[in-house]
Amino acid sequence: MSSHAPAHDSPAGNAQDRSPQFHVGHHWDSADAQFDAGKTGVWLFLVTEILFFGGLFCAFFVFRSWYLEAFVSAHHHLDKVMGGVNTIVLICSSLSMALAVRAAQTNNKNQTVLLSVVTIGFALMFLVIKYFEYAHKFHDGLLPGRYFTYAKAVFPDERIFFGIYFMMTGIHGLHVLIGIGLIGWIAWRAQKGHFSSRYYAPVENVGLYWHLVDLIWIYLFPLLYLVG
Amino acid sequence: MAESLPISAPHGATPSGTNYLNAEKGILSWLTTVDHKRIGVMYLVSTLIAFGAGGFFALLVRLELIAVGQQIMTNKQYNQAFTLHGAIMVFLFIIPSIPGALANFVLPIMVGAKDVAFPRLNLMSLYIYWLGAIICLGAIVGGGIDTGWTFYTPYSSTVDGGVVAMTMGVFVLGFSSILTGLNFIVTLHKLRAPGQDWFRLPLFLWATYATSIIQVLATPVLAITMLLLAAERLFGLGIFDPALGGDPVLFQHFFWFYSHPAVYIMILPGMGIISDVLSVHARRKIFGYRAIAYSSVALALLSFLVWGHHMFVAGQSELASTIFSFLTFFVAIPSGVKVFNWLSTMWGGSISYTTPMLFTLSFLFLFTIGGLTGVFLGMLSVDVHLHDTYFVIAHFHYVMMGGTVMAFLAGLHHWYPKMFGRMYNETLGRISCLLVFIGFNATFFIQFIMGSRGMPRRYYNYLDQYQSMHAFSTVGSWILGLGFLVMLYNLLTSLTKGAVAPANPWGGVSLEWHTPSPPPTENFHDTPTVNNGPYDYDTLRSAK
Repeated sequence: MSSHAPAHDSPAGNAQDRSPQFHVGHHWDSADAQFDAGKTGVWLFLVTEILFFGGLFCAFFVFRSWYLEAFVSAHHHLDKVMGGVNTIVLICSSLSMALAVRAAQTNNKNQTVLLSVVTIGFALMFLVIKYFEYAHKFHDGLLPGRYFTYAKAVFPDERIFFGIYFMMTGIHGLHVLIGIGLIGWIAWRAQKGHFSSRYYAPVENVGLYWHLVDLIWIYLFPLLYLVG
Repeated sequence: MAESLPISAPHGATPSGTNYLNAEKGILSWLTTVDHKRIGVMYLVSTLIAFGAGGFFALLVRLELIAVGQQIMTNKQYNQAFTLHGAIMVFLFIIPSIPGALANFVLPIMVGAKDVAFPRLNLMSLYIYWLGAIICLGAIVGGGIDTGWTFYTPYSSTVDGGVVAMTMGVFVLGFSSILTGLNFIVTLHKLRAPGQDWFRLPLFLWATYATSIIQVLATPVLAITMLLLAAERLFGLGIFDPALGGDPVLFQHFFWFYSHPAVYIMILPGMGIISDVLSVHARRKIFGYRAIAYSSVALALLSFLVWGHHMFVAGQSELASTIFSFLTFFVAIPSGVKVFNWLSTMWGGSISYTTPMLFTLSFLFLFTIGGLTGVFLGMLSVDVHLHDTYFVIAHFHYVMMGGTVMAFLAGLHHWYPKMFGRMYNETLGRISCLLVFIGFNATFFIQFIMGSRGMPRRYYNYLDQYQSMHAFSTVGSWILGLGFLVMLYNLLTSLTKGAVAPANPWGGVSLEWHTPSPPPTENFHDTPTVNNGPYDYDTLRSAK
């Protein structure tokens, strides 16, 4: 469906700046139009992600207002230190991701690879910390709904808190996993020299996704761990 | 138009030359294509198969209801049959049909583009649709499902059967819908032909744009709802099940926050088709272009504010019900704007009673009834009496079938020559339209009366007093089915035997009539330039 871009397609055109993998789809007038469209598409996708999580946030607010005491009591079981460290880890990963995009824009291949790998490292660190948190909850029986077996619970409705907690953090964790896959793909392509100052759309678009994953956690952390 | 294609001259005796249908051969070339036209045709076939399956279950349901007591199935099977009818028709037919099949085919051509913005994503969306359909099929074969298409908790979270598989199927289908909508929004923003500003777009595209906004904004909420319902069943999450402290009304809020806007995903593209077909076949410039365009956007926005009217008797607060009822009446305004503009368009026009026009006129008649009865149901006091009766069934079938399906058929017959390069038999087309129109009214009008006399929806059995009305409705469904068979025969045989279609059989002005039928793979030999509106028939005359 796509052909190699003829040199006159790029307004700032210097064929040396482009990799052989760079294509302009046959239905686009120019590389810039294609880049803009891709980015618009990713932004629209991010909007769907916000509405997707919006449902969970809505459920959280409804049940928090219904069972305020149970929610306050339940949130003390969450480890604020681990959650806080994880917040810092994710913010750092957003920084390294943003720097990876910058590196791709400035034709710095090695830095693009390195910073993508660093971002993956932060993401894995986040998941490891999350694993220890989950293991602790499993051990104590602080589980959703029917499986809630924590003996010292003050309110029975704490199980709903953990139902929402596991759904929110679980789906967020899944997004982190997908992000690791995507950034790994970016690192692999960067290593092969696919990106340059004239073609870095995938790096930028994965970066946008990753910032959203980070942003969602920045809302999850205070809501679940801190608000009393 | 700047380019010099002949506008209404026929293109030889057979659909000549290379076009998108014969450019590549073999099933594999179809399965790996990124051509929006081929994807549109595959969507068309897929959704029509789903329509056939959903219609089959509808006929079974009607047959069971022909008389009091058990006829052809048990009450359990009956519940499954109406669930399958609803779920298949909503998720596998109405939602994807017009955007996936017709808009996919004509949208890029109407903006003078070679393809949609993301052609591979477009193919992926079709594959995701097939995957979702297979999962739904698995749920039906594997466990059966009898919750109704709305999956209300706590019944759906506790009953046996394939609810998890079905909700996952719907979850997957939602992705397909989102990707299609996303693709169209970007295409309309970035790929319009030189000179084609927003007010030179055919109104079908305004409607498709409004639809796409809803698809992108509302569908994710359905996705999370389905996921939570599955988790509720698998892990006893406690969010929707009152036995665990959850709230079943919250499920209804979530569900209708998607599913009310989804009703506009179904009807808006249909309204767009009507605007185009009506203007072309009445040979008159559309009346109130901007009013129709803006009313599509207004409907899309209003659709997000009225979901609570599905829950007037579900335990929602009286204040909320009053507000939702009030907001619901606003829906009538943009809908009325459209209907009156369509009527004004026909005024003084030179109307040809072609098959697409007959379906369009049926739409106007039936949608108006469907829309006005919607106002009854939006009224709190009346709704308490009529909710969950056949009145509601009749209302939404007048909108969904009398509206969307009639518009879909109008569009299908309008663009069929463009899609396949052949004309269908006009007489058979008119006969099928007449049969569908008569059959539809016979099936559903009586249901308004039944409903207002208290016949509850979804019931397997009923009191003797409703028997004659039920039998009448069932016979109507047979006429309806016959109409569709005639149409199927006509459209299938015309694929090979129909007269060769000229580039512009109806004398339309929008860009799709400025390329051969069927179009070449890249739609246009040269990128067209747009110098006039899509309904400026004067330019056509001067071009001649």
